[in-house]
Amino acid sequence: MNEARPRIAVITFPGSNDDGDARLALEHLGAEAVPVWHAANELPEDVGGVVLPGGFSYGDYLRCGALARLAPVMGSVRAFAADGGPVLGICNGFQILCEAGLLPGVLRANRQLEFLCADAAVTVESDATPFTSACVPGEELVIPIKHGEGNWASDDRLYADVVTRGQVVLRYTEDVNGSRDRVAGIASEDGNVLGLMPHPEHAVDPLLGPTGGAPLLQGLIAAARERVTDYALGGP
Amino acid sequence: MLIRPKAGILDPQGEAVQASLATLGFSVTSARVGRLVDLEVAAENVEAARAEVERMCAELLANPLIESFEIIAEAP
Repeated sequence: MNEARPRIAVITFPGSNDDGDARLALEHLGAEAVPVWHAANELPEDVGGVVLPGGFSYGDYLRCGALARLAPVMGSVRAFAADGGPVLGICNGFQILCEAGLLPGVLRANRQLEFLCADAAVTVESDATPFTSACVPGEELVIPIKHGEGNWASDDRLYADVVTRGQVVLRYTEDVNGSRDRVAGIASEDGNVLGLMPHPEHAVDPLLGPTGGAPLLQGLIAAARERVTDYALGGP
Repeated sequence: MLIRPKAGILDPQGEAVQASLATLGFSVTSARVGRLVDLEVAAENVEAARAEVERMCAELLANPLIESFEIIAEAP
């Protein structure tokens, strides 16, 4: 196992368009990005993390992410997540994770019905996930958003549970799209699955703008490295 | 089958349609925009087809968090 550069799978669905940037950003930050096609039945055995990138999988037909969740590779992603593996869903990846039931709630059309493309400030609400373990709660990160359907919704009961369990990981500092209580990112109960609408893969190089995405991806890479090392030692 | 935004769920698309109709001079007190899915199902009878479509709704066609659905089934 290569401990220095953990292998992280980046899934490409028909209609994904940020898979290339996700791979570049991961490589830039010290991981080895492994492209995985949606029709694959299995994830490569030695990957320590998985990214579901942004885009418009299956043309956003029916509902965003609704068809991608049925892709052959998703069974393996589900098993990887259940085993505690770190899974990061960005934008359309977040929508897919919600539709797959791996994350609570659903992403709906932005309240203003406009496609948003701007830098957004988010506050880290929880450091209890591998992705935010290097952050301090209250810390502000600037990361670009670009979505038409990023308005996270849930009913009152589900929302109360999500808040109680500390699953809200990122909130916009101001209301950008009508998302409930400015939610920008939600984690699974165990914290190893994170979905967020902002694009950390577009915010890792100061030459191109804000770098608020770097700590989140570095968190993923650190968790992947730990997992790969555990494999090498004969299991967690 | 008809899929609608659940009662009480904000429907920005419906609101935009309502505002545009108002611009044209129509008086509309509420507009909700949903989806229609036309299916042909091979089944023993209409009731069996309806049961099958209900499962399709639950598993894929509607998201129960935000959508309600209505099935209109008829024999060919």
